[in-house]
Amino acid sequence: MSGLYVTRFSRTERTLHWVNAAGFFVLLGSGLVLYLPSLAIAIGRRPLIKDIHFWAGIGWIAALVLVVLLGDRRGLLRTARELDRFDRDDRLWLTGGGRAPQGRFNAGQKLNASLNAAFAILFLASGLLLWLGERDTRFRFASTVVLHDGLMYVSLILLVGHLYLALIHPATRHALRGMTVGAVDAEWAHAHHRKWTPPE
Amino acid sequence: MEVDAPGREHRYGRAVFLGTVAAGLSSLFWGRSAWSRVSGELGSVEAYVPLVPLGGWRIYTVSGSMPHFDPATWRLAVGGQVEEPTSFTYAQLRKLPRVEQVSTFHCVTGWTVKHVRWGGVRVADVLERSRPLPDAGALEFVSMEQPYVDYLTTDQAALKDVMLAYEMDGKPLPREHGAPLRLIIPEMYGYKNVKWLAGINLVPSEQLGYWEQLGYDQDAWVGHSNGYGSTPSLPASNSTRGVFTR
Repeated sequence: MSGLYVTRFSRTERTLHWVNAAGFFVLLGSGLVLYLPSLAIAIGRRPLIKDIHFWAGIGWIAALVLVVLLGDRRGLLRTARELDRFDRDDRLWLTGGGRAPQGRFNAGQKLNASLNAAFAILFLASGLLLWLGERDTRFRFASTVVLHDGLMYVSLILLVGHLYLALIHPATRHALRGMTVGAVDAEWAHAHHRKWTPPE
Repeated sequence: MEVDAPGREHRYGRAVFLGTVAAGLSSLFWGRSAWSRVSGELGSVEAYVPLVPLGGWRIYTVSGSMPHFDPATWRLAVGGQVEEPTSFTYAQLRKLPRVEQVSTFHCVTGWTVKHVRWGGVRVADVLERSRPLPDAGALEFVSMEQPYVDYLTTDQAALKDVMLAYEMDGKPLPREHGAPLRLIIPEMYGYKNVKWLAGINLVPSEQLGYWEQLGYDQDAWVGHSNGYGSTPSLPASNSTRGVFTR
């Protein structure tokens, strides 16, 4: 480590990440109480938990939208472009066990971002359909619960992988600093994200 | 070299995003059948590693706390349009002719639990002592979980696999499944299968039950109500009265 730090994530990016994370954990917790019979029995108060889950979902999406609208939109657009584009090194990185040089995001992080964005939309859509279907049978699909639960299972797998890389894996856990205070060690950045030119 | 030069970029990010959203939304039309095929294939694994909690059951309640069954104080009251209102203790109920059946439980929200083994009594055996009056056209099933209530016509309640279950899969009915007694009508969605039964009242005709007041269908035929399928395939009339009278 060089002791020299470079900025990896802007304040808007970090706010977006932590708002997303906070909303996800509230929804996961309240959702599991609704979903797991053992928790449903132990905790009860289903009508209240249902309300918490529903309004947390609405609040989660609304907060994400607000961060985008009030934050550095131009910066986010640049980030979205970075996440969208995969070059030959990204494909090599994915197929060759993570050895090709990478930009600010590696190819796995790009995929994770795309999946998370898609899941947010699908969670919202299936959650609203569950809520509406209870009130009007026109919104009822037999597969809505399968989709909502399936998203939860896949999200959990992604979350466990994400937490492992961010908190435990020695080679990558330094990245957590970038998401908390914004800056990462310049040497670490050079080793893991060689093609990224940090802003001066 | 032009084809895959280092600088050449592909917009995989948006492809993954759009593809995932499209697959997810379209799964509203194929997700359930795909999942039942997968879980069918994995049936042998499921015996060792539960893939979904509690064998696919979900526990729905409408009030803040789950009713508690006390064998000393619990009674099943039978009243309304009957010659003689009666009530059963749990022990008395267990002495009535016992029936057993295996049936599939369908929830209106889309989940299903197959091959559930119920033990209990037929509705007619519970009503017998009270002698329902001829003008009773429906039964009101009152739950200990207030304000849950639902109704069946006397015809519907007389379908051959309708029962009052006090056992599930060989054990006393667990609390979360409606201990000590729940209604089972496999032809209809779960919201008709009233849990935590406290009373059965004979009434002239059906009223709106708990979920019906919130817009669910009065006749909850599986696959033919609540926005699924088309019109009822089974007799849904309350034209014939007095099924339980002698």
